[in-house]
Amino acid sequence: MSNHGASGCGRFDFIVVGAGVVGCAVARKLTLEGARVLVLEKATDILDGASKGNSALLHTGFDAPPGSIEQGCLADGYREFLSIRERLSLPLLACGALVVAWSNAEAAKLDAIVDTARANGVDDARIIDAAEVRRREPAIGDGVTGAVLVPGESVIDPWTTPYAYLLQAVLNGARVERGCELLRGEYDGVSWRLGTTRGDFEGACVVNCAGLYGDAVNRMLIGTPLFEIRPRKGEFVVFDKSAARLANAILLPVPSERTKGVVVCRTIFGNLLVGPTAVEQPSRDDASVDERVLEGLVRHGARILPALANHPVTATYAGLRPATEEKDYRLHVQPDPPYVSVGGIRSTGLSAALGIANLVAREVAGIVAGGDRPAAIEWPEMRSLSAYGERDWQRPGNGGIVCHCELVTRREIDDALDGLLPARSLGGLKRRTRATMGRCQGFYCSARLAQIAANRFDEPMATELSE
Amino acid sequence: MTRAASALPDACAAAIVGGGPAGLSAAVALARAGVADVHVIEREREAGGIPRHCGHPPFGMREFGRVLTGPRYARRLAAQARELGVNIHTETTVAALAPGGLLELSNDGGTRELRASRVLLATGVRETPRAARLVSGGRPAGVTTTGALQSTVYLASMRPFDRPVIVGTELVSFSALLTCLHAGIAPVAMIETAPRVVAWRFSSALPRVLGVALHVNTRLERILGQRRVEGVQLRLHDGASRVVDCDGVVFSGRFVPEASLARLAHLAVDDFSGGPVVDNFGRCSDPAYHATGNLLRAVETAGWCWNEGRRAAGALRAALQGALPDPGESIGVVPVHPALKYAVPQRLARSETRGRIQLRVNRAVRGRLRCLAGERVLAEKRIDALPERRILLDVPLPRDLREEESLRIDIAEAH
Repeated sequence: MSNHGASGCGRFDFIVVGAGVVGCAVARKLTLEGARVLVLEKATDILDGASKGNSALLHTGFDAPPGSIEQGCLADGYREFLSIRERLSLPLLACGALVVAWSNAEAAKLDAIVDTARANGVDDARIIDAAEVRRREPAIGDGVTGAVLVPGESVIDPWTTPYAYLLQAVLNGARVERGCELLRGEYDGVSWRLGTTRGDFEGACVVNCAGLYGDAVNRMLIGTPLFEIRPRKGEFVVFDKSAARLANAILLPVPSERTKGVVVCRTIFGNLLVGPTAVEQPSRDDASVDERVLEGLVRHGARILPALANHPVTATYAGLRPATEEKDYRLHVQPDPPYVSVGGIRSTGLSAALGIANLVAREVAGIVAGGDRPAAIEWPEMRSLSAYGERDWQRPGNGGIVCHCELVTRREIDDALDGLLPARSLGGLKRRTRATMGRCQGFYCSARLAQIAANRFDEPMATELSE
Repeated sequence: MTRAASALPDACAAAIVGGGPAGLSAAVALARAGVADVHVIEREREAGGIPRHCGHPPFGMREFGRVLTGPRYARRLAAQARELGVNIHTETTVAALAPGGLLELSNDGGTRELRASRVLLATGVRETPRAARLVSGGRPAGVTTTGALQSTVYLASMRPFDRPVIVGTELVSFSALLTCLHAGIAPVAMIETAPRVVAWRFSSALPRVLGVALHVNTRLERILGQRRVEGVQLRLHDGASRVVDCDGVVFSGRFVPEASLARLAHLAVDDFSGGPVVDNFGRCSDPAYHATGNLLRAVETAGWCWNEGRRAAGALRAALQGALPDPGESIGVVPVHPALKYAVPQRLARSETRGRIQLRVNRAVRGRLRCLAGERVLAEKRIDALPERRILLDVPLPRDLREEESLRIDIAEAH
């Protein structure tokens, strides 16, 4: 938050590299355990890499390989999220999921899906017949042959959630440096000394949560990449809020070996989402969308929910998953020099993050001497952006609505531009408030936002006319 | 803000949602006709609608008998309404519509309800942004619409880029060009997929005069750049690919009705027009709601919408007096030829002897435009039509039309 480097900030217990959803959760956990934590994020704002484009689901882990690291973290992360979400005012749409079979061949695979779910402790998963699917999902297309119902699968807020984790870390003493790229690092036998674009920082242990750059950070700090990041792009189409009434549960396909397939589900913001695709690409930052792929997603959505054909598209986006050459998460812990790497968190990071954080905290307990837990834990109060609960525009003193499509108030925008982790880019403001993310994509409000946010962003929305 | 909140009643005779040319004109006409209790709900800080940020003429010929710039015109409309005792509540949003004319409002004071005997929806249009066009490429900053560009320039006195490409050649695209000039922005090109400029022919001289390259028969294939726009990749008429350096993209035109309130509520929405289904009195599927102006269809001039608002006021006043025929007594109108973009209104009251239908085509088409009831031709006219031009068809409604029949609008194309 300040412009100085290590001078005067002393030695941290942990330096977390990367403020994606995993880094945010890890920073929170280590901070609440009593450690002095520093988070380094090279982007202007947090959640700017893999974490900015996911499907915003809270998974039970019903379909993860039993016994995998991923499955353990999902199960633990799911439990932990449910236990803290009310303290943080994080919304949840407990709509359940249907793994829908569209042929007899797919229907034949449903038993195995239920078996896997049971093995993963998701005991309430069960098969329902086509008539029951239609009763639950009246808008679904023809040809359903059955489904597995997984009642615990839910929809959450993909940005407010990790933002809350990091805010809680900061409230309890963690420090976050944004726009702070890691350039080099060395261990002198006692401490890590990390050189960044914002100066040098010293810490006892490094936790690499660098997502799409996880292998590069490993190579830089411990001389070996440990794994190879193979970015896997997923494109999404978001339909207008009018389409949300077409689906109740999260509609999943019967998965293939490679991917869970394209999901059709509501978002917590009241839209309907179709995606993601899954295509490997060499670039770690090219999250561009492709017209033909998007058209394919629109057609796919209209096969699952035929009435979708008459609903307008609100937004398109792509996310890059940090997949590796192996399917499971890649956890590496070493005592000397003290170093942790959590990588390959492909697509379930939002759900598993709190579980990953618990795992990291357990693993480092034997490596770094723990501090004293804080006597009292501070909890940030998040403002819910859920369309399924009370929003700020419904409360007095909101300052009036600025973004009309997403009903974002002046107070919400002012808060996002202020506080402990203020938005530093339009992307950051969008993720914190949803401003300009609605159907008009800024037609009505971008001028006013440019005025309100003048001089707040590193990359301004607009510059003053010189008269 | 608090002043507006305190002046909001719990109930009123007529609530008008949207204070643009159509809504304000309806409000003025209602006030002049002696309807005392008219409330305009406007979500922006000033009433006046889109003309507020069209900093150039011509506006106001039909309404005030003189040529005005958009902002002057908008101010005059609002002032005229206020002088006649119309209540304009700015910075107040209609968040939801409920059956029977019950509105959920939001402003700085939170939410409240307003029950109106009749509601007139006049929420206008907006352009189709990049996302809904499914355009390839990165999602950098600097991609906008004409409306956003104009409000940034004229309302915020700011400039979002220096060298944009303008996508589209509708009238509004040339408006975008003029806005750029005003702000010292130098567009590098205008791009049109069609073989010719969509707006009137003379407009194609404008970019030439200004030294802006005009590419017809050209597709925008990809937006380049991750953080800021760095260029666009075009597919030219001869199939060649070309990259044009620029720092912004203006998606102009392809207007759609801002019908979100209707879509999210119980009102029927027409898939052709994108606006609410209305009859020739402007009544929606719930007759407590009427609709007028560009919300009905995209897109007409402010003057046309002003005129529509005036007529809508007449129907609304008749509805308040119980003088309109039963809304169930109407016959549907359906465009059946694929070149027809829409036909508005979607229903015609059987009590009337004539109906006037507004149509547009989505490509150049020549032939005979017909209104058919079964095999019977009710109306016919020769058309030589281009996209984004208004087509009107007057249809006589014989007494003996069968109830279950819809009127079909078709084109017998000349080849």
